[in-house]
Amino acid sequence: MPSRPNWRGTVSTSLSSAPVMGERRRVGETGDLVFAGLCRGAGGFVLLLLGAIIVTLFIGGLPAFRAFGVEFIWGLNWDPVEGREEFGAGVAILGTLVSSILAIIFAVPVAFGIAVFLTELAPPWLRRPIGTAIELLAAIPSIIYGMWGLFVVVPFIQYNIQLAFGEELAALPLVGFLFQSNNFAGTSLFAASLVLGIMILPFIAATMRDVFSQVPPVYKESAYGLGATRWEVMRGVVIPYTRISVAGGIMLGLGRALGETMAVTFVIGNANRIATSLFDPTNTIASVIAMEFPESLSGSLQQSALLAIGFLLFVISFLVLATSRWLLRPRLK
Amino acid sequence: MSATTQTPAFTPDTEMRRRLGRRRALLDAAMRWFCLAATVVGLLFLASIMATLLWRGLAALDFIVLTQEFQPTRYGDDTLPKGGLVHAIVGSILQSGIAILIGTPIGLLVGTYLAEYARGSGFAHAVRFVSDILLSAPSILIGLFIYQTVVLPTGGFSGIAGALALAIIVIPVVVRTTEDMLQLLPNTLREAVVALGAPRWKMITLVAWRAALPGIVTGVLLAFARIVGETAPLLLTSFGNNVLSTDLTRAMASLPVAIYQQANSGFPDLIEIAWSGALIVTFGVLAINILARVALRPRK
Repeated sequence: MPSRPNWRGTVSTSLSSAPVMGERRRVGETGDLVFAGLCRGAGGFVLLLLGAIIVTLFIGGLPAFRAFGVEFIWGLNWDPVEGREEFGAGVAILGTLVSSILAIIFAVPVAFGIAVFLTELAPPWLRRPIGTAIELLAAIPSIIYGMWGLFVVVPFIQYNIQLAFGEELAALPLVGFLFQSNNFAGTSLFAASLVLGIMILPFIAATMRDVFSQVPPVYKESAYGLGATRWEVMRGVVIPYTRISVAGGIMLGLGRALGETMAVTFVIGNANRIATSLFDPTNTIASVIAMEFPESLSGSLQQSALLAIGFLLFVISFLVLATSRWLLRPRLK
Repeated sequence: MSATTQTPAFTPDTEMRRRLGRRRALLDAAMRWFCLAATVVGLLFLASIMATLLWRGLAALDFIVLTQEFQPTRYGDDTLPKGGLVHAIVGSILQSGIAILIGTPIGLLVGTYLAEYARGSGFAHAVRFVSDILLSAPSILIGLFIYQTVVLPTGGFSGIAGALALAIIVIPVVVRTTEDMLQLLPNTLREAVVALGAPRWKMITLVAWRAALPGIVTGVLLAFARIVGETAPLLLTSFGNNVLSTDLTRAMASLPVAIYQQANSGFPDLIEIAWSGALIVTFGVLAINILARVALRPRK
């Protein structure tokens, strides 16, 4: 509307015709400018915040990257003792990835079962309470999972799995080595993956339930009309229709598991060794930071190395979360 | 489904059909039982956590835990004073409260920007993307960030550093719920207000925010529930304190950090106190979550 500014200009400069209306328009306009600026500024602030986190971690880790070069990423030694300091992120990165992937392997089948139960099988009056209960699992703080893991899951693994079936499991052909361990403390890669799996279960289950319930009923009804059973409808209609979003939900769970700190710190055993067995202790990036950072000296090479692995964790989880969001984008819009 | 279509129509082999049907029915029944079992397993985890918390937490939960500061382990000597968690409870409420006060306005403005001003622009996509990343980013890294930018320059761990770290966690939670709630509002509502001559900012603050209030309150409650249980970022920012302190410029206790330290102390009496702290945190968090759901229900 090219005539608008002209008209508004005359109104605001004219003295008698409609001063009140002109005055109010101008006030509203300033308010609009200020408010829109505030909103956009807040948006920019969030962008800057993420940028600042990345840059801060990188700058903090720079001395360690300089001292050890690219080898820092796969180096296996982690020795903070003064005089012979040597740092490599290899064990922690491997521990982070392996524990998170195992957690996904534990969580996905159960989450799938829960999602199918909530969307297809449960009577409608039961869906809400059970769905809420599963969602509450996501609300329990990480530290509570850590304590529960240490005082319930770890002894269970120790007595009811390792001492009860350890030898039989280790004697299995092909996979026996996975259970062959000299560590009988119970705090292990297995304990960490199990607890992580329970923690990410509600995230994956909720995503699956939401996308399953978005499948147009007509598709499912057509399949039922052809005589398909419920499982055949799931396999033939619902899963093909939702598989990309399901993958997105799994990636979201993976992203959560990668950065999980307190629960893992309690149960993984915190040893800078590569776990060759499920029952071996190891560590993750987040658990190393939680264990060592509060006691490290500011400005020390150790602190720099901890910031450097923090930066690496950020890069890994950023990639996973970005992938998850990209896969879930049809659901977002 | 594939089984029926693959059965050749010209062979009326009823026996084969019957067997195929039985196989399909068995598979279907097996999957149903699997799904039921998975749900039971999920609920059992929740029940086990709750039962453990109640059983071990209630054993030590008493008036002393709620009113006394930390005391070193008694180690079997009952004449020594029993310790409590009041310093941690006060510290947690203070830091979380300040974090909410800082994070909510920022999150509210960002959510408003995304829903009201910038639907579909490139900048908005970037902001939404970054906010979603922050929502799931490892919280310990936020602790590292605040350590580098606040704790180091100010010379030490402080309550305000802890509150700032928690505020960063609050922002994306509030952004998400605010945007979702504002987008549920009908456009006719906005048009009606603007047609009456109200400027856009008045339309948003006086009408849109008010209409979306239950959802925004839900977001703030959920954010509070989330940060009350956060341990990792506080470990690197407010560090913990064994005495009751409300001085925001010095190290401050918080319930999750106190639980962490006492649970790892190795002394049975301190571990008992950690369990009662765990009980308080979890039931507080779950109560806020359920409250938030109730607040949201009439909207849906």
